[in-house]
Amino acid sequence: MPRRGAPPEVNAGSMADIAFLLLIFFLVTTTIETDAGLDRMLPPIEPPETDVVIKQKNIFTVNINKNGQLLVEEELLDLKNLREAAIAFLDNGGDGTCNYCKGKKEESSSDNPTKAIISLKNDRETKYGTYITVQNEIVGAYNDLRNREAQRLYGTDFTEMEAKYLNPETASEIRDELKEKVEKIQELFPQKFSEAETTTN
Amino acid sequence: MAKFNKKKSGDVPAVSTASLPDIVFMLLFFFMTVTTMKDSSLMVDNTLPNATETKKLEKKDRVIYIYVGKPTSQYQKTFGTEPKIQLNDKFADVSEIGSFILQERAKKPQELQNVLTTALKVDKYANMGLISDIKQELRKVNALKVNYTTYEGDSFQNLR
Repeated sequence: MPRRGAPPEVNAGSMADIAFLLLIFFLVTTTIETDAGLDRMLPPIEPPETDVVIKQKNIFTVNINKNGQLLVEEELLDLKNLREAAIAFLDNGGDGTCNYCKGKKEESSSDNPTKAIISLKNDRETKYGTYITVQNEIVGAYNDLRNREAQRLYGTDFTEMEAKYLNPETASEIRDELKEKVEKIQELFPQKFSEAETTTN
Repeated sequence: MAKFNKKKSGDVPAVSTASLPDIVFMLLFFFMTVTTMKDSSLMVDNTLPNATETKKLEKKDRVIYIYVGKPTSQYQKTFGTEPKIQLNDKFADVSEIGSFILQERAKKPQELQNVLTTALKVDKYANMGLISDIKQELRKVNALKVNYTTYEGDSFQNLR
């Protein structure tokens, strides 16, 4: 006798189990978070062709020893005060050519933010955590100053503008506009940051 | 009236599970789109330090990862407890970093080869000596853009 009507339905009851299996597989093998960290540029290995003479007062030396103590400008300094000291150094404006600086304009400190160099030296036995804290404070000092200028000129934070500029989801016309502003601020306080090779003693 | 009474009598009908697969598939697609695959399993302890001034590492295809840290307990018998470098899925020596970077760089499309970032995922208890050696190697192969990968948080916690 021929069968009548539609063919019997395929049982879809186990579909959920299959989908759950896939779901759990993806949950286990993947990660959600995007990494974040401190961006830095390493100096090129070939030395610059001309020897530039830099005045000692334009260099802010930071030494970290193997116990994580800081020697800043030949004086022992607590890590918590490093950001403040770096800001004071960068923002000094000693020769009066920097019209946006709000520092003390001391003779013995840096001439101009564009000339100020921070030099970081560390011991081979320094802990990486300490090194990152120091890096973080120095980047923080630059960011604080840049934020101040960005607030004055454009009414927003520099870090916010930069994050928006680097975000690939931002529309390209907004990014072009931001690029100009970001570069302008970066010019006011350029990150001049030298890392000498580590010492062994 | 018999018509209405008929409905009330008998068992409660079973809840239909026909749409359950759809819901689960929806979840599945959500996770598939927002996540990325783990590319290598960690063989080293990797407690990253904290920092506040971080920038996000967008575009994973432009990043080369280098892991540094103490080998995990299952590898400590063979490799000891001193911090080691992990490249892809194996332990490596400092001298291998240069060729590793060049090799990874060659795998990427031409237009990305100049904009690569090297992400250093270093355990916070590692010593700077090893990191300095790595940095020196990176300078030799002109991989100057580095990112010290950190967690978001108070950086003074690193000192403890």
